[in-house]
Formats: sequence, structure tokens, C-alpha cells
Amino acid sequence: MQPDTPSAPPALELAGVAKSFGSVVALKSADLRVEKGSIHALIGENGAGKSTLVKIVAGLYRRDDGTLALDGEPVDFHTTAESKAAGIAVIYQEPTLFPDLSVTENIFMGRQPTRRFGRIDRRAMREEACALFDRLGVRIDPDRPTDGLSIADQQIIEIAKAISLDARVLIMDEPTAALSGVEVDRLFAVARALRDEGRALVFISHRFDEIFDLCDTVTVMRDGAYVDTLPVADTTVDGLVRMMVGRDVAELFPKLPAEIGDDVLVVDGLSQPGVFHDVSFTVRAGEIVGLAGLVGAGRSEVARAVFGVDPYASGSVRVDGEPLPPGSPRAAIGRGLALVPEDRRKQGLVLDQTVARNVTLAIRERLSRWGLVWDGLENAAARTWASRLEVKTAALDAETGTLSGGNQQKVVLGKWLASDPKVLIVDEPTRGIDVGTKAEVHRLLSRLAQQGVAVLMISSELPEVLGMADRVLVMREGRLTGELDRADATPEAVMHAATAEEALR
Amino acid sequence: MTAGTAPAPSLVAGAAHLLKARETGIGIALVAVVVVATVLNPAFVFSSDGFRDLLLTPSILMVVAVGQAAVIVTRNVDLSVGSVVGLVAYLTGTLLRDVPGIPIVVVVLAGIGFGAALGLVNGALVAYAKVPALVITLGTMYVYRGINVAWTGSDRINASDLPGAFRALGTGKLLGIPLLTILAVAVLVAAAWYLRNLRGGRELYAIGSDPAAAQLYGLRVTRRVLAAFVACGALAGLAGVLFAARYGTVSSNAGFGWELQAIGAAVIGGVAISGGVGTVWGAALGAYLLLTINRALPIIGVDDFWQRAVVGALIIGAIVLDRVLAVRQHRRLVGQREAEREVTA
Repeated sequence: MQPDTPSAPPALELAGVAKSFGSVVALKSADLRVEKGSIHALIGENGAGKSTLVKIVAGLYRRDDGTLALDGEPVDFHTTAESKAAGIAVIYQEPTLFPDLSVTENIFMGRQPTRRFGRIDRRAMREEACALFDRLGVRIDPDRPTDGLSIADQQIIEIAKAISLDARVLIMDEPTAALSGVEVDRLFAVARALRDEGRALVFISHRFDEIFDLCDTVTVMRDGAYVDTLPVADTTVDGLVRMMVGRDVAELFPKLPAEIGDDVLVVDGLSQPGVFHDVSFTVRAGEIVGLAGLVGAGRSEVARAVFGVDPYASGSVRVDGEPLPPGSPRAAIGRGLALVPEDRRKQGLVLDQTVARNVTLAIRERLSRWGLVWDGLENAAARTWASRLEVKTAALDAETGTLSGGNQQKVVLGKWLASDPKVLIVDEPTRGIDVGTKAEVHRLLSRLAQQGVAVLMISSELPEVLGMADRVLVMREGRLTGELDRADATPEAVMHAATAEEALR
Repeated sequence: MTAGTAPAPSLVAGAAHLLKARETGIGIALVAVVVVATVLNPAFVFSSDGFRDLLLTPSILMVVAVGQAAVIVTRNVDLSVGSVVGLVAYLTGTLLRDVPGIPIVVVVLAGIGFGAALGLVNGALVAYAKVPALVITLGTMYVYRGINVAWTGSDRINASDLPGAFRALGTGKLLGIPLLTILAVAVLVAAAWYLRNLRGGRELYAIGSDPAAAQLYGLRVTRRVLAAFVACGALAGLAGVLFAARYGTVSSNAGFGWELQAIGAAVIGGVAISGGVGTVWGAALGAYLLLTINRALPIIGVDDFWQRAVVGALIIGAIVLDRVLAVRQHRRLVGQREAEREVTA
């Protein structure tokens, strides 16, 4: 590949692009040059401005400054429709589908094939949808509504949509975050086929192995600005991490020694037909217990049942030896339980409310005087936590929805930490979070354990589980299939328990 | 291209789908009400007046409900339709009374046009000012009614003021079926076809299903929502013309409370108030059920005082049913996908 051939202008070129939201500068000066027939990785910490850049190219935001060119032609998008018409397809981090409409309609909405009198050709549309799914090697009923599909399935539909657009430039913002290994392989095969057709692809991911596997060029961003662009072959993970954070990350998972005390959370024989069966475990004070397993093994469901969000048919949950009534998150919070859910945007935050509101949500009653919550108390409590968590936001009264994913996660953590929990359940605490913030979250969890909090950490990232947990529980298809001490917890042992047929205990 | 890996839905599947459809349930309920009322009093159907009223009474509301359904599908609502019906009905009567010899076609078009203009005001305020439709149309409901009252004063249009040819529109029949009903059904069929088969129609559902996603898809959300309000206003205007033709008497409270009946009809017919779900067929059947029940209750022996309560219970029942069905559907869809995965795994 010869990136600097003057005869072929790059498919997509941004230079000096800037964007501010009020006083918050999201992009200072972003450069990006994506050649035709190339898969270009765009990496950077959360809040580095990747998503803002994508939204500018997609026509969702308008840039304040800088140039944007397609095939050497300067362009200026006012709407997403204009960007689409120019041949740009974007797959967003969070799937954006119409839950009430069929899978097929979701793929073709706004550009359905039509016959006479503008009548939609349903048969042609359906056949094309089937052909797209064949090409992707997946089986999804094209006639069913998208409601009830997993995030992975929804992501596949987004990809089918983008492919059907016949786009010149395809931007994928963390498309693999929710996909399984097989699905990722299929996606990569499609991406390579598109590259070989001469299209330009931009791939945003936090998974370095995927970047090295798929991409040929990488651009690094930091704090809303361009850092460097270089061929993937000429770089290493360490080198990229250094560029992203601007410093060396000494240890990815800084587990601090903590004193392990008495049993705090005791779960005994918890069952819910069709979801999980006979799940028993304990978490002790100061201990971090990792809950590993494949996606869909029932880990989140167990956590939700323990916390009282979902019901369970039999079994018991005890906190400090006292039974916890089932089905009451209120009682669970009262007894010192805290749950940081997997889907932080929907279940962990009130996106329209301020950061201060969100942080103090779980301790409203403590902050109220005569039944009213006072702004002063609220802000004081929030400030303590926001600064301790290093949430990057101009003001506590910023709307939570405007923060980056990593900062949102810190707000969710802050919300529960403000309530001084005895037991903290975190579900995928670092999903979609960059390396630097990840380490901060890990340090935070570790420090909490040192203070005597019992931590149950659900994670699909093996290094995270192995690095952080004192003990590892493994689930498979709704059953607990392994319990390993830190010393015995090797990647092989955990994966064996997560996938093997016979239960280990 | 290996087209058709999954076979197209068969006739059997189509029939099963029809049986499960929400509209079928409403249709059955409607038939049941008519049968019960007829058994108790055969004149409910088997008299010339009874048969005519059965078809005629709900026809005008049906036109309004169709427009309302199109707006609700986009996750909006139009509370001003009753006021639009009243204002246009008075305009129609005034034109026919004060401009002798005016062609009826011109009057009908003027009514529809005026209704569309009032709808445009609603739509522009909702689409551009980004204020919730509930608030905007609550305001215009009062404003339009206020204009009507100020304009009409104590005046009223009487049947004797209207030319016979126009009155015939309200009372005439074709092959034993009232003209009004034929007109209403024609409107219904056209609206249903548009919403099912044209891009514009499908986009209304998309917008109601998830407005933020519609924006990301590059759909012209503002324009579509505006169009839905204009269509709803135009249909309310048509209903105003038909109101004048049917009843002949128009005072300043014509169409009073119709907005709630139209919303009720749509909701009973399975149009989700949260948008994205439902058909105008359902809304039209809902209008028929609502008004037919109103007429049947005295025959069944339900006290006048209780009629409104019964209608209210019907609406609540419809919403609860929708909720239960939606939850069951969601569970079924999740389960179905799980089962598919197990097969492929």
C-alpha cells in the first residue's frame, strides 16, 4: 500500500476539525486520512473525541472549524441524510433500531425498493435482506420485530444496513463490543471483502488484538487532538498505549492486597427455571470475587436476582447472616447492597439529569431535610465523589448524557460508592472503556476491597478477572461450573469451566 | 445471491396472522355488541333507521380517528381535532348560507383546506418549536374553540339554511349504504394503503417507534411529523363538512369533546399511545365500537349515567390488554431468539 500516492485522493480526509459544546471542547484539532481499500483503526481513550469525530462525519454534528473532504472534494453535511447520500455509512456503538418494526424494514427504512406509484416492493426487500444475512453467515428471521433481539443481533442488523447502503466509507464505532468470537470472525471477513472492493473502512475499538488482526493503518487521538498515524505493522501494543495515554501504563490491573474478613454475602441454592439453577456462593468482606463465563451464561441474571430486580423461584440470599427478602431492590440498598448494571445508559443513569443528581440518586434520603432535597447538600456530596473519581466534566450541572462512556461509568460507580455499600456488584465494569480509565476503575475497586467492601465482579474479559479477583466463579448455561482460587485461576482452567460439558463441582 | 433462504409467509401463516391481529378482536367485539343489542331489540339492525344509524353514526368520527391515528403513530397527539371539526362545520354552513349558489365541491375543498391550515399550525409548532404535542394542541384546542365561539356568537346554522343538494350528502344512499359511510371507508382505505405501502407511511411508524433512531437514519422527521398533523387537520376539516351535511344544525359547540372520542377510538383499536404500533383499520373499528356501544347501552338497559363509565372502562381495558400483549410478545420474541440460538449452537 502506498498511502501517499498523489494521484489517488484519500476516500476520507479531515484536517484540523474542531467542535465545542458550549464551554466543553470535544475536539481541538482532529486529523484523519483514510485511503481507499484500507481498514483504518482509530483509537484513543474515552473522551479523546473519537465518537464526536464520527458524528461530524455522519452529519449529526456540524464542525466549528477545519476541513472535511471525500475523494478530495470538500464537503459539508447539514444532516445525516446528506452524509448518507454521499456514501458514508456509520455503525454506532449503541444500535439504533426501531423496536416495533420488522428486521427487514429496519434495514431498508427510508430507501425501500419501490414499484409503480412508489409502492414498496416487500418481496424484493425481503429477498435482499435474506441475501445480506447469507453473506454475513447469520440466521435472523427477517420478518420478526427487532424487539427482543440481543445487542449482538442488533449489531448484525446495523452491519447489514451499512453493507446494503453500498457505502464508499464505512465507519464502525466499537462494533465488536457485544459480539461473540464467531460473530467477530464473520464481521472481519465481510470487512476484508469490502476493503478488497476498494472501500475505505474506519474501525474504532479498544481491543488491540482485533486492531492488529484487521487493520493496516492506525490513527491515535488524545484529548480531542490528533497524535499520530502509522502502519499497524510498525507498531506494538505498548507503543499504542503509550501514545493514547501519553504515559506508560505501569500495570493494567493494579490489585492491592486486602484483608479478607467474614462472609458478607451468602447465596444458597438460587434457582429460576430457564435462567439459572442451584447457584451457591459466598463473598467475604475485602474480597473481590470474579464471576466469569461466556456471554449469556446467566451471570447478570443472578446478579439482578440477588439485588432483587428479578424474581427467583427458590434458594436464599443472606447479608451478614440475615436473610434478604427477595424482589426488593429497596431492601437490598437498605442492607448495603449496590449494583452497577451492565447497560449503564439505560439502567444505571438518568441521562437527562445532571451529574450531581445522578451521583446523589442513591443517597437522596440522607441529603434531604424535611423531605426536600437541597441543591447545596447535593452538590457538596457530588463534588466529593466526582473529584475522587476524576470525572471529566466542566460542571456538575452538565447533563449526564453528554459525557463520554468512560465518564458515565464513573458517575454510575460514584452513585453507589456515595452510599457506602457493604456489597458491591459490578456487571462488566469496563465494557467499552479505554485503557487509562480501565486502570482507574480497577484501582477504585481494589481500594474499595481494602476498605472491607465485598465485591462481586462480573466480567467477560479474562485478563481483568484473573488480574483482579481473589477467587473466580465460572458459570455456564445458568449453572456454576467452577470455583478457582487466585493461584489456580489460569486462562485455561477458567475457559474449561466456562465451556466444558461436565460440572466441576 | 441466494435469494429466498427463508420461505415467504404462506397463506396459512397469513391467515394465522389475521386471526391474531388486534383488529380482529375489535371486529369480534363489535359484532358481539351488535348481536346482543339486536337480540334484545331487533329494531337495532332490522329497521331502516336502525340499519342506517348503525353505519352512519360512527362514519364522521371514523374520519377523525383515522387522522388521529396517523398522528399518534408518530408518538404525538392532536387534541385540537374537535375544535377543528366545529370551526370547519360553521365555516361550511356560513359559506352555503351567505354565498348563494356556491358549488358544493368548492365548499368541501374549502373545509378540507381550512382544516389542513389549522393542522399546519399545530404541526409547525410541534415540529419546529419542539414542544410536546400534548401541550401545543391543548392550547390550540382552546384557541380554535375560542375563535369559533367569538365568530359564531349566538348564531347558529339551521338545516333550512342549507341547500338540499348538500343535505343529500348527509342523508343520501348508494345501493342502500349511506354516502357518508362510503366516503369514510374510501378515506380509510386510502390512508391504510399509504401507511402500509409508501415510504412516507412507513417512516411515520419509524419515527414513532424511536425518534432518535429516525434522526440517525437520516429520515426527514420534521417534515413527516408536520405532514401527519396537516393530514389530521385536513381529515378533521372533512369531518366538519360532513358534520354540517349530516346534522344540518351547527352551533358553536359542534364537535365538542370529539378529540377525546377520536383518541379513545384509536387506543381501543390498538394504536399505541407511545407510537410506532397500530393501524388506521384498528382506529376505524375502534370508532365504530365506541359509538355503537354508546347506542347499544340504553337498549341493553344500562342507565344513562353509567354510559360514560362503561366507555372509560373500555378504554382502560384496551390499554391494559395492549400492555399485557406487549409484555407477552416481548417475552415470546426473546424466547424465540434463544431457541433459534440453541438450534444453531
